[in-house]
Amino acid sequence: METTTDRHDVAIELRSISFTYPGHEHPVFDNLNFSFHGGHMGLIGDNGSGKTTLFHIMVGLLRPDSGQVLFNGKVMETEEDFTLLRRHVGMLFQNADDQLFSPSVVEDIAFGPLNLGHSPEEAREIAMTTLERVGLQGYEDRITHHLSGGEKRLVALATVLAMEPEILLLDEPTNDLDNAARGRLLEILGSLDQSLILISHDWDFLSRLTSTFYALEDGQLVRSNQVSIHQHQHVHPLGDRRHIHPPC
Amino acid sequence: MIEERFALGSSLLHRTDPSVKIIGATVLAIIIAISQSMAAILIGLGMGIALALLARLSPRALWPRFAAVNLFCLFLWVTLPLTGGGEAMGHIWSMAISRKGVMLALYVTIKTNAILLVLTALLATSPVHHIGRGMQRLGISTKLTLLLLTSYRYLNLIHQEFKRLQRAAELRCFDPRTNIHTYRTYSYLVGMTFVRSWERSRRVHNAMLMRGFNGTFPVLDTTTFRRRDLYFLLLFTASALVLAAVSLTW
Repeated sequence: METTTDRHDVAIELRSISFTYPGHEHPVFDNLNFSFHGGHMGLIGDNGSGKTTLFHIMVGLLRPDSGQVLFNGKVMETEEDFTLLRRHVGMLFQNADDQLFSPSVVEDIAFGPLNLGHSPEEAREIAMTTLERVGLQGYEDRITHHLSGGEKRLVALATVLAMEPEILLLDEPTNDLDNAARGRLLEILGSLDQSLILISHDWDFLSRLTSTFYALEDGQLVRSNQVSIHQHQHVHPLGDRRHIHPPC
Repeated sequence: MIEERFALGSSLLHRTDPSVKIIGATVLAIIIAISQSMAAILIGLGMGIALALLARLSPRALWPRFAAVNLFCLFLWVTLPLTGGGEAMGHIWSMAISRKGVMLALYVTIKTNAILLVLTALLATSPVHHIGRGMQRLGISTKLTLLLLTSYRYLNLIHQEFKRLQRAAELRCFDPRTNIHTYRTYSYLVGMTFVRSWERSRRVHNAMLMRGFNGTFPVLDTTTFRRRDLYFLLLFTASALVLAAVSLTW
């Protein structure tokens, strides 16, 4: 299984991964194989099918019972390996509150760059530029836990982008977002030149950002066919008025 | 939850480097706490009042703090005079009032209030995350600093989580009374809050690892030590020396 090759020379590969949560009977993954060579990819699957677990295994937050994780062809084994990998692979968590742990916005965004060895001045500079990229100029001294849900999500994205990863793993980024915040997130993600893997139940959002889909079914990754044309029904506010659907 | 009532302000003390204030507060509080001399603790109380005035603390906001600590002192005033032993200074009905007990209660009360004033004027006048940063700069244990900063950040969320559970219980007509059902329900609520906090702490730790966390919070603050901070450091040192000298001579 391979996705389209991108201009970036990065690859994550999972070989024969098996994983069972301690105390659970059924394995989440049973001999799963997967490789990602950049581009934009959507990951779908039912609740509890292991999408988030897959992300966590890719970046070494969870270790598989058996199998290997390879980054750019190199087997990742120790915590040090994964620490290096995490410089290249950024992850946006489902809940932004889990991701924003510093008191002020600028400190939170600067946390990653500081850990990467940038000086405080450089880190502040990076934080300010990144804030501008996500359209939150002037938010640097705001207190993170006083932000709105949409703002938290964008700041969380900024904390990831500030580390300049080549691959972004996005775990249900549109959860709990209103339309305006969702629109802004779509705009920002669409403008990035990073490769990304996107978990979402939001089909519209997925189809605007990605063209390749994988589905997690019974512990295996199955490539889903390209989007097919079909008739469908849907609801939205004021649908009885004349309206135009933006092209997908 | 945590209201940082005194953290915002423009007084001289608000603008002083938190590490200097941490040193001042620690040294003064320790000397006042261990001093055996009435003269020294009265001077300490005077210093506390002076610092509170300097920090322009609002008396109205200070009042609940005084009420809380003096409630404890009140218990001492009830028990110590009766249990202090030694020479009796008088009798209420047939109970001897011990002079030693009264003096002890008096000492504790003055010390408590003096320390409260010093701590509020010095530590509460900086937001918690500045105090954390100050602690880090002073080289205080990273674990303690991390504990302070993350508790401060997440206490509010944990509280909200508890409230959510409590509301869910109330929506199903839970009416707290003095019975086993109530105790059991509350222990479930507290238990669930612990479980959720623990899970959240794991997710936060994961998020920190993803961004290269290696055990310490890097410090972004580049503000340097100013001349004014040095003056305050000297002032605190001098006050501490005066207090120590008075305690040893009187």
